[in-house]
Amino acid sequence: MHLSDVEAKKLDIKANQIRKDIIKMLVKAGSGHSAGPLGMADVFTALYFNVLNHRPKQPTWPERDRLVLSNGHICPVQYAAMAHAGYFPIKELSTLRKFKTRLQGHPHRAALPGIEVTSGPLGEGISQACGIAYAARMDKKKYNIYCMMGDGELDEGIVWEAFMFAGKQALANLTVIIDRNNIQIDGNTEDVMPLEPLREKFEAFGWYVIDIDGHNITEIIDACAEAKAVVEKPVAIIAHTIPGKGVDFMEYDFTWHGRIPKSDEAKIALNELRTLGGKIKSEHE
Amino acid sequence: MFNPKAKLVKKLFSKDIKKIPTRHGYGEGVVLAGEKNKNIVVLCCDLTESTRNHLFKQKFPDRFIEAGIAEQNMAAMAAGMALCTKVPFIASYAMFSPGRAWEQIRTTICYNETNVKIVGAHAGVSVGPDGATHQAIEDIALTRVLPKMTVVVPCDYEEAKKATIEIAKIVGACYIRLGREATPVFTTPKTPFKIGRAEILREGKDVTIVACGSLVYEALKAAKELEKEKIDVRVINNHTIKPLDKSTLLQAAKQTGAFITVEEHQKNGGMGSSVCEFLAENYPIPVERIGVDDMFGESGTPEELLDKFGLTAPYIIKAVKKVLKRK
Repeated sequence: MHLSDVEAKKLDIKANQIRKDIIKMLVKAGSGHSAGPLGMADVFTALYFNVLNHRPKQPTWPERDRLVLSNGHICPVQYAAMAHAGYFPIKELSTLRKFKTRLQGHPHRAALPGIEVTSGPLGEGISQACGIAYAARMDKKKYNIYCMMGDGELDEGIVWEAFMFAGKQALANLTVIIDRNNIQIDGNTEDVMPLEPLREKFEAFGWYVIDIDGHNITEIIDACAEAKAVVEKPVAIIAHTIPGKGVDFMEYDFTWHGRIPKSDEAKIALNELRTLGGKIKSEHE
Repeated sequence: MFNPKAKLVKKLFSKDIKKIPTRHGYGEGVVLAGEKNKNIVVLCCDLTESTRNHLFKQKFPDRFIEAGIAEQNMAAMAAGMALCTKVPFIASYAMFSPGRAWEQIRTTICYNETNVKIVGAHAGVSVGPDGATHQAIEDIALTRVLPKMTVVVPCDYEEAKKATIEIAKIVGACYIRLGREATPVFTTPKTPFKIGRAEILREGKDVTIVACGSLVYEALKAAKELEKEKIDVRVINNHTIKPLDKSTLLQAAKQTGAFITVEEHQKNGGMGSSVCEFLAENYPIPVERIGVDDMFGESGTPEELLDKFGLTAPYIIKAVKKVLKRK
């Protein structure tokens, strides 16, 4: 559903809350990934607070839309979005990566209701999403399958096996959202292993492609609506994002892919998020 | 003496004993299982006829999925289907599934607790002329190390059929190992089969041969030869490698005091290793293992290769004599 400006503003604020939680979670956990989760906060907010047909209090509801996180290492953003959506208490976010937590370092289906598949080893979420989409179609289910992927993840061979399968089978109930932030652990994606021309690659595999600004919540929601309307092909939404979005010193810097802020850095980051980069006065100062 | 309860074929050592590959038993078994359970689906990687899945495809075209030559995607995709109430059987050559797709099997099937059956055809050196690249002799090790996995190695066509029907009833990951070659069908439809229960095919008090797969027949041949030398051999068909039938093994260890293990697999990490792990911790006795000794296979006929790697009855007999000296 297309958003009014007021609703869009509300979701921007929600995404900002999720970013703050991500920083706090990572500092508390002492390890993890920063850039990816921050960069995908807007996409996850749009999904959990608008796009998904889901029931947070009934995570096994059979008719729910399935959100599959393929690049499992960005799970702090999913956990934060789920907590804000009501799947579990927000205070549980502080258990990320701790012994006996339900919030495993990479998402584990059997640990936390609402996590659709165990993932993390790259490329395995998209294949599982294809299996879900195929089975759903066999059973004439109406729900949609959304699979979140990283761009670095596209280096994996299994990903293209899955894309080929989805194209052949015209899995129109499957929408993939690619976090096109141009970074991976060793550097920029085009230096590590060039992915471009990405749109053309998808199209050659029989997919319908939509490019969007991954930080514009209205665009994200509109693209998901367009994807739903495409009935003859699987859809890839290439969400162009800024890694580390919202924290100035992390933005665009690949070194923040796999590290977390130290406490002084976290302080700066949280202040920046609270003040929206100095645009507003923080209520906590 | 042969265990009458095992209901083996009457003319056990006849030259005319019927020979059918174990993969044929699977192919027929999965159709029977599919008739009972409409959630069973079959995925295959461009090997439909050699894995005998053409039978299922003919009968249930809507429940057969051609995955292309993409074993890793097939494994993880099956996990996704299992999360939507399907019971997928995924089939390829054992070298590629579980071989190539091992990490997908570990993460998306075992750790993810999904109900997927992995069908590994063309296992063992008896694949023959294709050579070492296609001879999976590490697959038992690869699968038995995985938590939540059941591992079954049927001894002949009849048992492969029963095992396929039985693993379809278990909720959880299973690996079933099949061979390419036609091998003797020495069990019958009446031979008991239960996942996790090893079958005593021959009673004996001097030594126990624990075997799996088509080499169980070689073990029976060896036992018969040794009878002439007054060596009384117990033969156990240890078709389920995980979970191991500890009580049958422990009883045999106590009653016979020495073991030979026989498998068409690397000695390292295979069925014999799993038996040794159990005995070492519970009832240490002398054991000799028959298997491929840390080598790769090569091209040749199945007979030439089974002989090269010392996997047939004459080698089992030698091993029995050796272990008896250590008793």
